[in-house]
Amino acid sequence: MSKELWKGNEAIAEAAVRAGLQAYFGYPITPQTELLEYLSRRMPDLGRVFVQAESEVAAINMVYGAACTGVRVMTSSSSPGMSLMQEGLSYIAGSEVPCVLVDMMRGGPGLGNIAPGQADYFQLVKGGGHGDYHSIVLAPASVQEAVTLTYTAFDLAEKHRAIVIIAADGNIGQMMEPVIMPPMREIVTGDGGWQLTGARGREHRVIASIGLEPEQLEAINFRLQARYAAIQASEVRYAELDTDDADILIVAFGSAARIAHSAIREARARGIRVGLLRPITLWPFPSARIAELTKRISRVLVVEMNAGQMVEDVRLAVGSQASVDFFGRLGGFVPMPDEILGQIAAIAARSPAAAPAGAGDLTGFQKPIRSWQA
Amino acid sequence: MLPLTEFSSNGHTSPDLLSGLTVAYERPRALRPVVTHYCPGCTHGVIHRLVAEVIDELGIREQTVGVASVGCSVFAYNYFDCDFAEAAHGRAPAMATGIKRVLPDHVVFTYQGDGDLASIGMAEIVHAATRGEKITVVFVNNGVYGMTGGQMAPTTVPGMKTTSSQLGRDVTKMGYPVRVSEMLSTLDGAAYIVRRSVHDPAHINRTKKALRTAFQAQLAGLGFSMVEILSACPVNWDLTPQAALQYIKDTMMPYFPLGDYKVVEAVKGLT
Amino acid sequence: MLEEIVIAGFGGQGVLFTGQLLAYAGMTEGRNVTWIPSYGPEMRGGTAHCTVIISDEEIGSPLVKRPSAAIVLNPPSMAKYAALVRPGGTLVVDSALITERSGRSDIHEIDLPAKDIAADLGLARAANVVALGALIAATGVVQLETIVKILTSRFAARPEVLLANKRALRMGAEYVIKIVA
Repeated sequence: MSKELWKGNEAIAEAAVRAGLQAYFGYPITPQTELLEYLSRRMPDLGRVFVQAESEVAAINMVYGAACTGVRVMTSSSSPGMSLMQEGLSYIAGSEVPCVLVDMMRGGPGLGNIAPGQADYFQLVKGGGHGDYHSIVLAPASVQEAVTLTYTAFDLAEKHRAIVIIAADGNIGQMMEPVIMPPMREIVTGDGGWQLTGARGREHRVIASIGLEPEQLEAINFRLQARYAAIQASEVRYAELDTDDADILIVAFGSAARIAHSAIREARARGIRVGLLRPITLWPFPSARIAELTKRISRVLVVEMNAGQMVEDVRLAVGSQASVDFFGRLGGFVPMPDEILGQIAAIAARSPAAAPAGAGDLTGFQKPIRSWQA
Repeated sequence: MLPLTEFSSNGHTSPDLLSGLTVAYERPRALRPVVTHYCPGCTHGVIHRLVAEVIDELGIREQTVGVASVGCSVFAYNYFDCDFAEAAHGRAPAMATGIKRVLPDHVVFTYQGDGDLASIGMAEIVHAATRGEKITVVFVNNGVYGMTGGQMAPTTVPGMKTTSSQLGRDVTKMGYPVRVSEMLSTLDGAAYIVRRSVHDPAHINRTKKALRTAFQAQLAGLGFSMVEILSACPVNWDLTPQAALQYIKDTMMPYFPLGDYKVVEAVKGLT
Repeated sequence: MLEEIVIAGFGGQGVLFTGQLLAYAGMTEGRNVTWIPSYGPEMRGGTAHCTVIISDEEIGSPLVKRPSAAIVLNPPSMAKYAALVRPGGTLVVDSALITERSGRSDIHEIDLPAKDIAADLGLARAANVVALGALIAATGVVQLETIVKILTSRFAARPEVLLANKRALRMGAEYVIKIVA
């Protein structure tokens, strides 16, 4: 297996194909359109289903239909399109059928812009549509990781009969990086007792998200909650960098995390011991690990490309164990490493333990453009 | 939900009394032995039966997947004895597209009312038709939102009083009804678009024939097929069942003329 | 090693392709690489740029504020990036299209008439490759032979295009070597 240079959007599309994607339904929107374009050729070449829908509303409902038959199905979009899909996602969650979505997040709210953003966190992680439900949300920080996560997303979706969302941003979609592509998988068809395939020699099956009687709907909800508890118990993923001796812990995901990584290298060169916890699953959230780390690390900095969304989950995990600062850029701005370094320096300056003598002149880095204090 | 009482259908008479007799009328295999929730005088039940009879006659029950919509026909999945999915409001044609594309050898149909299809789901029905999706749409047009209690629908005729047009539909403020069959018939992807009615036995028979042709068109892979059916809603129209049937004839049919709006050559050859 | 290179010009000048060549070469030589373009409305006929990072270490941010090197192929890019190149860095300027100079003494500025050189070779569109040859000769970020290998596989079916590109790369590199000599 050799390394090839892949653009994020196309790499995700190919990874999905290799994972056994049987049907794709999508609608153009920057910055994910290359994913749709790539599959418009790749899927028919393989005799698989590709449909450009009339809207994101239609696309997600086509996904819903195909998912009811048990095939591996996916759609992709970017923030405004994800908003339109929320209705369908709620129905899919209520129907307990598996599917995979890709959100190449951009700047919002409204039409916003097409630059990279992370402001869909609440929408993706907290439900988005109506009702009590969760999607498994995977946040890649590189093209290779986007490939790996997409490849496993379908297994996760099927295992838990749940929605899996790849939450990336315009940077990941547009960037090219070396990738080792996983092998092409055989398409496996099986019957799990729920798929709609025609009532041949068996009772008819119904897939619906309705439960008119409260007793009935509560039972459905308890079943969903049991599913989510199982996911929380088994599917938490995160990556750590230099947390062993850290005095300051940065928590960041996706693009923001790799930029924080650059800042951490620079901070360590100046003698400030900073570590990184990067949630790979935004839901289920690595709360337990953050709680464990902050028993010892008393300063936390959360960096996001939004006005502070994941930071709420970090605060819940940290409780009163540590201080939690937040730094974010908005509107499609990607923070630069020196901005994050400025935040690190400011926190170190407040904390004697984290500001070693000889850390050097940090004044040049203490000019945050925007930050919100805890 | 209403209790779905099980009938001992066709088996409630002792066998010896049946000797020498032939069955003249029975429940279609494609209908489940349950009581529907439809109101007295509603013609959904008639239309359900027609669809089920056609499914039986074509021998496609075990390869059929239905898609129910939101509205009075929301529980269609409980009444038909074939696999069924329940769509979000208006999205049945998109959901049916997803199913049909991955199960091209199966028969896929939606069962939608006029609020679902002609209002909130207008984009989905138009694009399913123009893509020539090989699905069959049973479009039940009773000119009113039934499930929510009789509000004005996109197909409410001018002047008609509903709970949300209590002074009657004023077209200068509320616009005009949508003639869906006429509109969809302009699209190249549509193979078979007709409007029928179930207000009397002769028209019921014609409706059944049209449903049969629509399913056959799908089986032959000829494209999108839809049968629009004018249907009675006596409760929300505030009419007796009999007067409601007369209302279809006198008031709805002049605005929604029955007829064959699109029948491609290949469909004409179907028997 | 760590090189953070911006390549900028008008859409259609091969800016994105040049960056991809460089990234491929870095990857072929076993390094970590990222390539990230400007995207969206900017892609449609306006200025285009991409950032290529080639590093021995894992790459954090794929975007940089101050690149270690830049190739600029039009006046707006010159105006933007001449001031941003890090002290000690390299700025390659197509002097056939850009009359301004950076005026900086703390960077290596290479002014070469890339478009004219490419036109003399009969492939005016290869000005980007001339400039790439100059950048490689000046920085040693990758081996010229690696670029030649990639060009050879890419233009396998079009030998005349391959030949012109190879010559463009060499002419760009030789131009720099002559200055240094």
